[in-house]
Amino acid sequence: MYNDKIKEIENELKTVFEGIKTLNDLENLKVLFMGKNGKITLVNSLIKDVPNEEKKEFGMKVNELKNTFNTNYEKIKEELENAEINAKLNKEAIDVTLPGVKLETGSAHPIERIIESLESLLMSMGYDVVEGPEVEKDLYNFELLNLPKGHPARDAQDTFYIKGEEYLLRSQTSPVQVREMLAGKGEEPIRIICPGKTYRRDEDDATHSHEFTQMEGLLVDKDITLGDLKGTFEEIAKMLFGKSRETRFRPSYYPFTEPSVEMDISCFNCNGKGCNICKGTGWITVGGAGMVNPIVLRNCGYDPDRWNGFAFGFGIERLAMLKYGINDIRTFYVNHDIRMLKEFDRREY
Amino acid sequence: MAISLNWVNDYVPIKDIDPASLASKITAAGINVEKVSSNNIQNLVIGHVLECEMHPDSDHLHVCKVDVGKEVLQIVCGASNVRADLKVIVALPGAILPGDFEIKQSKIRGVESNGMICALFELGLEEKTEETYNKGITELSNDAPVGEDALEYLGYNDTLYELDLNPNRTDCNNHLPFAYEVAAVLGRNVVMPDVGYKETNENVADLVSLDVKTENVSMYNLMIAKDVKIKESPDFIKHRLEVAGVRSINNVVDISNYVMLEYGQPLHFFDKDVVGDKIVVRMAKKGEKIVTLDKEERDLSEDDILITDGDTPLCVAGVMGGLNSGITENTKNILIESAIFNPYNIRYTSIRLGLRSEASLRLEKPLSYEFCELAIKRACHLLEKYADAKIVKGVVTYDKVDKKEKKVSVREEEINTILGIEFAKEDVERILTNLGFPYTFEKDKYIVTIPNRRQDIYPQKEDIIEEIGRIYGYDNIKPTLPLIRTKKGEYRDNVKLRKIVSKKLRSLGFHEIRTYTLTSEEESQKFNYHFGPTIKLLRPMLKEKSCIRQSLIPALLNVAEYNKGKKNNDVFLYEIANVYAEDGDNYQEWTHLGFLMSGEYLNNTWNSLNYKVDFYLMKGMVESILDYLGLNGRYTLFLSDNLPKEIHPKINSEIKVDGKEVGYFGKLHPNVTKKDMYVCEIDLSELITHKSSDVKYQELNKYPKIEKDVAFVVNKDIPSSDILKEIKKSGGKLLTDIKIFDIYTGDKIAEDKKSIAYNLTFEDNTRTLTEEEVMALFNKIILSVEEKFKASIRDK
Repeated sequence: MYNDKIKEIENELKTVFEGIKTLNDLENLKVLFMGKNGKITLVNSLIKDVPNEEKKEFGMKVNELKNTFNTNYEKIKEELENAEINAKLNKEAIDVTLPGVKLETGSAHPIERIIESLESLLMSMGYDVVEGPEVEKDLYNFELLNLPKGHPARDAQDTFYIKGEEYLLRSQTSPVQVREMLAGKGEEPIRIICPGKTYRRDEDDATHSHEFTQMEGLLVDKDITLGDLKGTFEEIAKMLFGKSRETRFRPSYYPFTEPSVEMDISCFNCNGKGCNICKGTGWITVGGAGMVNPIVLRNCGYDPDRWNGFAFGFGIERLAMLKYGINDIRTFYVNHDIRMLKEFDRREY
Repeated sequence: MAISLNWVNDYVPIKDIDPASLASKITAAGINVEKVSSNNIQNLVIGHVLECEMHPDSDHLHVCKVDVGKEVLQIVCGASNVRADLKVIVALPGAILPGDFEIKQSKIRGVESNGMICALFELGLEEKTEETYNKGITELSNDAPVGEDALEYLGYNDTLYELDLNPNRTDCNNHLPFAYEVAAVLGRNVVMPDVGYKETNENVADLVSLDVKTENVSMYNLMIAKDVKIKESPDFIKHRLEVAGVRSINNVVDISNYVMLEYGQPLHFFDKDVVGDKIVVRMAKKGEKIVTLDKEERDLSEDDILITDGDTPLCVAGVMGGLNSGITENTKNILIESAIFNPYNIRYTSIRLGLRSEASLRLEKPLSYEFCELAIKRACHLLEKYADAKIVKGVVTYDKVDKKEKKVSVREEEINTILGIEFAKEDVERILTNLGFPYTFEKDKYIVTIPNRRQDIYPQKEDIIEEIGRIYGYDNIKPTLPLIRTKKGEYRDNVKLRKIVSKKLRSLGFHEIRTYTLTSEEESQKFNYHFGPTIKLLRPMLKEKSCIRQSLIPALLNVAEYNKGKKNNDVFLYEIANVYAEDGDNYQEWTHLGFLMSGEYLNNTWNSLNYKVDFYLMKGMVESILDYLGLNGRYTLFLSDNLPKEIHPKINSEIKVDGKEVGYFGKLHPNVTKKDMYVCEIDLSELITHKSSDVKYQELNKYPKIEKDVAFVVNKDIPSSDILKEIKKSGGKLLTDIKIFDIYTGDKIAEDKKSIAYNLTFEDNTRTLTEEEVMALFNKIILSVEEKFKASIRDK
């Protein structure tokens, strides 16, 4: 007779889960079968009347009923819960096309961006970053650099003098090199770069500025070659303008270096075929350099028979104009439009 | 100013070399050819006029049948001198004449015309004047070969180099020095110009005496050419001068320019019959005057070198001749001067008088005495040949030139070490030979003699090594990196602080700007905070840029106003730059940080997440920066009446670190701007002297904390910092944090009152606090604040 009961529940379980639409219904069903007076609980209580030899089989059958119920219960529960969450999520829908709440950081000036990238490369190569005064002595800006008074090259660097012509606004960052050499007293090897503001008596226009930024480098050590300068320049050129850049040196003239060179890179726009950026030559001049003139070493207390080295210099505005495609040097100094500055608030990688 | 390759070819053969490849070779050697151009015109041939009839519809046009070699063309021509059997220059269809004028097949008054018969001026080879125009088409000689290139036949086809020279090699603007460079890169020999002539029996010393009374002349040569015939120059001289950008005047004047463009040695020609028999060279006297060639009266200075006849000034040496002593159409006898003056005097005088010429530019550089001596003879040669001159025997000379040869010794290995190239001995010897530098080799070193024409070379081994390197080609140098001690580079001195502060400001949302150091006198006095005496430039270019600034705020303000004008309303800017002031005979330098904010910091209107810039945001920025530098607890910010008048007197704060003033911040005074703008200026040079300690980890408290809230109602004029101090004092060390979470003024409390709500945190890092002891402490705090500030507790 208990077998009939089991059979009956078994049959009932086959259909009873159909039509359950809410978690509430499901819990009621659980009470109906598994509760204190539930159908399966009640059947289970019949065990005391089952003959001993059938008890085992009876127990198994009742367990089967429980399992069938629980399996179905869990399955339906999960389905209903999912449906409930989905309904809730749907209700929470927002307009994701509205603008985000941005917390914006500020930007480095394009000049500073170029300086920082040069600094990070050259510091990794052992160069210290050093600064010097912009109001400078004629002695350091010219005289000790093999540019005595009356030297025609002073012509090209028409200078802002202050009082009695002993002081001036430096026309180049080279006086920092002079100061470094004087401080080294002819005994310390030197590896520095010196970025900074410089001044010349130029009328401001698209390509001239009375204030501009230079970054010079100086290395004084033993047995340094022009090849070392070329290798160093190549690192700089590739870092700034891409790995595929080629470099070349052309003979040049600076009073403070001998030999002196112009440093060119293959045009990044046309890859050397010739375009309006490189004026059809395939090459762009980006800086000047050379081996430190022994006259300058001697002037600054270094014995040229024991020491030699190289110096290089870049106009940062020129590098920035080339790199970012800026056509007017005044962009860097006059009327900074925030919209322009924001364009520089990102990193390339 | 350009170099003519035809002219160069007189001294070194180059007809077999492609001009473009020669240009790149010579550029690689440091003589920078900026532009290569050719004056050759395509489709310009020699034609033979076979028939010439009048045009049926015109009274001046002719219809010609012209044999141009391959065919016979019908061409309409308007020139009056066109006639049958004439050899002419024909521009065929496709030829492009100067002015981008392309010759096409056309019909002229109904008659077909297949080209143009030309005059030289139409080809840009002669000046267009009434005279050349009236001459009509150019008539070639009868033996001109029909069908051949006309310009080549005339010797007018030439390639021109425009040079962009380094300042030490401007000698290469002259054809002979340039030829030496060509010879060096090609490994060829230079053939010197002909300086031969016949001499008369007279002796120049009998005709003119020379007295040089100044040390600013190192060489002064005089010669005399008699019985010259002034006329037009031969075509080749005219053409070559034109290429160089010098106008042809007459044969005599042209020869002086021609020789200058050969050697780089300017000559001066006097009319011997005007000048007389005496030349005295001396410095001008103060107040002395001369009327120059251009009829201007010039005031002279004691730094000007003057050529005189003993009394009257004849010429400002190297700069400009006097009005009456020069060559005229009637000149018969010429006194030729070839001299080397002190370059500084020439430069000074030519700049001062505003008379910089091709001659003065050359005389401003050191010149070769050898060329000085050769040039005068070359002029005599040409005057004899092209002006029928008779050359008087001898030269009157003043000569103080140090003729000792400059020799440099350089060891083989030094060449290799400095250039980073392994040279073979033959390479070095070949290059020295090609350069024309005489040398000997002794043991392991070369003794090189620097030719006198190379005045740019300083006698040291590096200069010789550069010469070898540039001819060898820098392209052959392999890039290497220095084999030296490895070390890490660092930011020295205040660069490091500058970088830290800069990055912090950017992270806070400020954009970096860079503005001019030079400013107007008026602007240089604004935002005066501990200013020293302003530095003024000796010779400013503009009034607006005559002083060195001491504050960064005026420039920040300008940029902010500019952006407001562009409707960029939210402006956050900073600049870090050096400022300067006089300090007795010396100058003082400071590195300043300036920043400005205006508009809204948070700006997200659609969900009303906005924060309009105010004093407290500015204060928070300053605190963020100082805390970031590890100065927490060492700075004070306080309302000050010592600030620039451009700052709001009631909304400001001065900043002290360790009791020392480092700057200020505040709202801009309404007299400065009507807009809400806040600025801050900090002296980083002072700040860097207040070093912060190293970061050390402090273990966090693992015992629970207890928080209490209280709001005090106090008089409005009581500064919150006073209440804070009192709370701290009575709270003792168990009170670890105090936050203000609300400020209220309004109708719920009395009009002269404000309510400040505090959130107090109590904790002990050795144990758990009990509610009772915290309540006791809390009540003590309340009591003391109530007592001290007559405060009451709100909502209690």
